[in-house]
Amino acid sequence: MSTTTAQQPAPGSQTISLATTVVTSWKAPIAFAVFTLAALALAVFAPAEGDTTFRLSSPTDAIQLPEITVPAMPTLWVVIVLLALLTGYSAWVVSSKRKVPLWTIVVFAVLFMFGFLTWAAAGASLPMIGLLFGSLSLAVPLIYGSLAGVLGERAGVINIAIEGQLLAGAFTAAVVASVTGQPFLGLIAAMVAGMLVGMVLAAFAIKYFVDQVIVGVVLNVLIIGLTSFFFSQVLSPNAAALNTPPRFDRWPIPLLGDIPIIGPVLFRQTVIVYLMYIAVALMYFGLFHTKWGLRVRAVGEHPTAADTVGIKVNRTRFWNVALAGAIAGLGGTFFTIGSGIAFNKEMTAGAGFIALAAVIFGGWHPIKAALAALLFGFASNLQNTLSVIGSPVPSEFMLMLPYLVTIFAVAGLVGKVRAPAADGKPYIKS
Amino acid sequence: MSDPQAPRGDAPGATEHDADVVLEEPQAAAAVSVATADQAAPAGAPAEVEPPSRWHTMFQQIVTGNAIISVLAVFLALVVGAIMIAFTDERVQAASVYFFARPGDTFVAIWDSVSGAYSALFQGSIYNFRRDTFAAGIRPLTETLTFATPLIAGGLGVGLAFRVGMFNIGGRGQMLIAASIAGWIAFGFDLPWGIHMLVALIGGLIGGALWAGIAGFLKARTGAHEVIVTIMLNYVAFYLVSWMLRTPGLLQAPGSSNPKTPPMKETAIFPALLGPQYNLHFGFILVIIATVVVWWILNRSSLGFRFRAVGENPNAARVAGINVKSMYVYAMLIAGALLGLAGVSQVLGTVTTGFTAGIDAGIGFDAITVALLGRSTPWGIFVAGVLFGAFKAGGFSMQAAEGVPIEIVLVVQSLIVLFIAAPPLVRTIFRLPDPSRRRRAVPNVTKEVKAK
Repeated sequence: MSTTTAQQPAPGSQTISLATTVVTSWKAPIAFAVFTLAALALAVFAPAEGDTTFRLSSPTDAIQLPEITVPAMPTLWVVIVLLALLTGYSAWVVSSKRKVPLWTIVVFAVLFMFGFLTWAAAGASLPMIGLLFGSLSLAVPLIYGSLAGVLGERAGVINIAIEGQLLAGAFTAAVVASVTGQPFLGLIAAMVAGMLVGMVLAAFAIKYFVDQVIVGVVLNVLIIGLTSFFFSQVLSPNAAALNTPPRFDRWPIPLLGDIPIIGPVLFRQTVIVYLMYIAVALMYFGLFHTKWGLRVRAVGEHPTAADTVGIKVNRTRFWNVALAGAIAGLGGTFFTIGSGIAFNKEMTAGAGFIALAAVIFGGWHPIKAALAALLFGFASNLQNTLSVIGSPVPSEFMLMLPYLVTIFAVAGLVGKVRAPAADGKPYIKS
Repeated sequence: MSDPQAPRGDAPGATEHDADVVLEEPQAAAAVSVATADQAAPAGAPAEVEPPSRWHTMFQQIVTGNAIISVLAVFLALVVGAIMIAFTDERVQAASVYFFARPGDTFVAIWDSVSGAYSALFQGSIYNFRRDTFAAGIRPLTETLTFATPLIAGGLGVGLAFRVGMFNIGGRGQMLIAASIAGWIAFGFDLPWGIHMLVALIGGLIGGALWAGIAGFLKARTGAHEVIVTIMLNYVAFYLVSWMLRTPGLLQAPGSSNPKTPPMKETAIFPALLGPQYNLHFGFILVIIATVVVWWILNRSSLGFRFRAVGENPNAARVAGINVKSMYVYAMLIAGALLGLAGVSQVLGTVTTGFTAGIDAGIGFDAITVALLGRSTPWGIFVAGVLFGAFKAGGFSMQAAEGVPIEIVLVVQSLIVLFIAAPPLVRTIFRLPDPSRRRRAVPNVTKEVKAK
């Protein structure tokens, strides 16, 4: 996955020095230049007057941080200069045949976002806690979905049915939690529902060798049809009994919840979010540091070799796709019992496809995929926040932004990401 | 060059066998296509030295062929739909309370609900027997073809991209952009009859082609995954069109505050094919032409040969001297134009009174299912599009007449595709003989699998 390992001489070898070629790409400097010019265009053509206030704590916090107020236009100009410097630095790095370090990209992104926020919220105050809290909330189903996608594809089965699994989870959670009054039972039911969808996907893909993309797409349609049908036919007439799900309470974690900024955002959440932290960590540790993960990756990269050493390829794939389905089903609970909202037709609204994009954007790595999902959550919530405080940009363009950024990022920064080698290929034992 | 799959060193033997089917002559490929309902012998029918009997052979061919699988798949899906209708019907639930006292009531109720729903489906999609004249009775069939028009065009776009090994989920965005451009030309300009329509059509096609071309270009130049880019472009197009629809001077109707365009001018509207009492419009002719053109491109032109070679194995195609990157761009341009045709036929044919951001009506996603059911062959897609059009037309009348939610159609459609994609499952359910039982089992691997 990374090319840097080849460049470092092996430890303990003094004499051998391998000739290395460093592939440099002008993508990053070009993308930086585009974003810098965009910021410049904002400053020149749409100057915003007034001061921008960043509110860093909510009134209920134990530790109160002062509000930070900056003059909008001077700040934006400073940011543009810094962005231009970073662009120049990355160009210099590339021209001297080195790779653009990751920190430049991170710093650039943070600076750009800061400059943009300052400009967009000029003359108003920006609740940072609400912005970040909402971002995390919106990212929850995306993160679960992307974890499911990562696991499935690492095992060699493309999971386009994330959308269907989320929807099945949301539906089952709503019904079971409404009937029993227990959100936890809804959570378990949602995992079972997602797992069933995963098993259907796995059965068709592994046993009947049907194209995995076909099964995934068709399963999405099937789940949309089933849930919408039962919603119209059964849930709507009996909404009080079947579709009034209780919601999970927020459980603030005692000490962690009092940390400024981080506490209210990360540690005053529902159990679904806490489970998500655990799931991301477990998925990372499991995939890269356990026997199970090694086997999963082996059947996804080279099933024949895995079979040769005695791993049951198709059985491994089946159960991991089923597990992935359970994870996605768990993510679907966010829509109903996670937010206390009744189920509605197609309420996942394409979240599964965004999760799929996060999988690819994150390079089939659980943590990177989760970060990509967070980015999507942030961008969607940014629009919500800015439309509340009134921003100069038409809301449609704000809504478009995450998707445009993704296209730029995929085309410019990520480039050709490498999928697991046997991803999407059925294993036919000969 | 004539045998681009030859360098596939890594493929297991079973997969290679299947690869032959796809690059065979189009007649053979058509036989593989399920939706042509061709009664031709299955590709792997063993040549008997001494045939047991003519009837036996024919029986064998029928029960092992693709046609019977398709028929049984449709039947199975309808059975599942019937079970869902029956179980959620209130009359059935009421009668089942005293099932052990009078079981007959339950069965009567089940029969009533299921037969009522499916006869409404039939009468809404093919022929309505309750009308007096043939002209009024046949109206549902024309509705079916009207619904099928954008589905076929979209299915062709998705299917063509499939054949080049790309997954075009961006139908929605491509349709929206095409519809906006065609609609803008159709209501914003004054041109003579015919020319106006042509200009709007071409404008829409170019719009759709360029929108999809972005994804193809990015894939070719930077390696950006077309699935991500097309999904993202869907949202970008949706918000772009939404913004234009609520901005006076762009697409919004003058003097209105709704996000809706003014009606299309008469000179640009597709003429009705069968007179004003039917909704069927000129777009259907365009779709037939498009099917022929796509068939010609894929099966008769050198461009199509290169497309299929890239779809089969991009590495082998590159070795054979095919410019793979430009194939990606060309394929996405053509696919986008086809989805653009779907969008244009919506605004100039079906919804001519002005459109909103929901003009795509989910066709961009339905088109994927259509392409899958049609196995990415042009005529297969045509038949699949007509079938789905029938379900759509009938679904609306079923909802109106029997109160069965139209979503049942989605369930039946997706089950059909699932069952058709897995012939062994259907054979197991109906205990049909397996055509490959005498040889080593040849797995049914669709051609999209090998594109990866």
